[in-house]
Amino acid sequence: METHPESRVDPRDWAVSVAPGLTPRLLADLPGAGGSRTLAEHRTLYPEPPRVRKDGDPRLIEEVERAGVTGRGGANFPAYLKWKVVASGRRRPMVVVNGSEGEPASGKDALLMSRVPHLIIDGAIFAAAAIGAERIFICVGGHSASAVAGIERALAERRASEDPGIPIEVRIVPDRYVAGEERSLVHMINGGPAIPTSMPPRPFERGVKRRPTLIHNAETLAHVTTIMANGTDWYRSTGTPAEPGTRLVSLSGALPRPVICEVGAGASLREVFEANGGDHSLVSGVLIGGNFGTWLSPQDAFDAQLSVASLKPTGASPGCGVLFFLPSDVCGVAAVAEIASWYSRESAGQCGPCVFGVEAIATAMHAVDSTSGADRMLTRLDRLTSEIRGRGGCKFPDGAAQMVRSGLAVFADEVRLHRAGHCTTRQMSEVAV
Amino acid sequence: MREKTNERHRVSVDFIACRGHGMCADFLPENFRLDEWGYPIVKDDTLAPGRLRDAKRAALLCPELALKIEKVKEKAGSAQAGS
Repeated sequence: METHPESRVDPRDWAVSVAPGLTPRLLADLPGAGGSRTLAEHRTLYPEPPRVRKDGDPRLIEEVERAGVTGRGGANFPAYLKWKVVASGRRRPMVVVNGSEGEPASGKDALLMSRVPHLIIDGAIFAAAAIGAERIFICVGGHSASAVAGIERALAERRASEDPGIPIEVRIVPDRYVAGEERSLVHMINGGPAIPTSMPPRPFERGVKRRPTLIHNAETLAHVTTIMANGTDWYRSTGTPAEPGTRLVSLSGALPRPVICEVGAGASLREVFEANGGDHSLVSGVLIGGNFGTWLSPQDAFDAQLSVASLKPTGASPGCGVLFFLPSDVCGVAAVAEIASWYSRESAGQCGPCVFGVEAIATAMHAVDSTSGADRMLTRLDRLTSEIRGRGGCKFPDGAAQMVRSGLAVFADEVRLHRAGHCTTRQMSEVAV
Repeated sequence: MREKTNERHRVSVDFIACRGHGMCADFLPENFRLDEWGYPIVKDDTLAPGRLRDAKRAALLCPELALKIEKVKEKAGSAQAGS
């Protein structure tokens, strides 16, 4: 189904755009679909990173602190804090690039890895040089053949002409959401399956080969490369003081076509949507942050800016930058139920509350209709989604609860229709007949 | 280990290890209850005074060693990194 966040967009089918008035950074002069910026081309724009030495270079950490880069994988955590804590460990650290991109409606990391892979590789080398890392692991989502090819081609180019002073290895991440969780990646690199492990230890204390491990989303490291080339003042000249710089958002749903757009942090959600051909009167809900995110009503969403601060009162967060706009002729209850089923399928199957609870949530969500007793199902969903919180080895079950609870609130009118035995889509088909 | 009166302890479950045997809820009903599949729900993560002995017994008898007991440190809060 083209409109559903469950299905992946083929990387070549993503359109690429830039928010009105913004000078693109990561997407500047982006090679077209099928193309990839060569190392020679990349070096005309970005300087070669310093050779990695085991003592690290605190000046690079200070640079990233002044720039104010935050993580683009979902948590928005300040990058320099991670660098500092990993660098302060007793043993020589490791760097892991997280390009797993498990959110089905996200395409930004695969886009960068396939077309401008050297932006990410340079960023990883800068991070390694800052903290004195021993080895870099680039984890690429196996669902994107062009991302895998982009990174592998880029590394082959480097081997022929540059010596970063650090070994760089590629790991292919299985196409399962929790495989991209930090501890899953560490577990996989250490030879285990890509599923989360018990905490503690956290990877920044003890991760790959029991070393302190710095894990960054691929886009975050691409920003680091641009900062090292252009400086912190340049980086901070767009975005907000608290969230400087740009971010990549993946828009899909009620749009002429799915599009990856570079925006300044704090851009108006309405403007970004409309600039990409969207009509806000044709949207009944917006899923912000992807399947692991939060449903907002069109009013709340379109009044908000794409920043942590602006979205906070609504209960949402920019997360990994996925924005899915549900077309108003599609049933919101059915959409929430289908994403709940995605959760049920994607569970790693490790924790009882997740295995049984998420499946029960999906089953109840599909039964919100008059024949199954909608009120009974809604009471059950209220209990299941509050009980499941905090009861997994990772935050996956919490994500299911948040998506369902916010969806039931946003689609309250549709829920009322279901209780009376109707549904938007059914009514549509009746009209069509 | 003798329970010191001025010490507080916190209980938690390693859900990756837990298989729903229910030892925790048997020994510490004021801290745990079980969901409809038999997996624990933490009602209150702080042990009441005098309950450390039972908590330790439950932790030892949990076949998966999934019940964790932790002394509450006086200085709260440590840096947590996200992804």
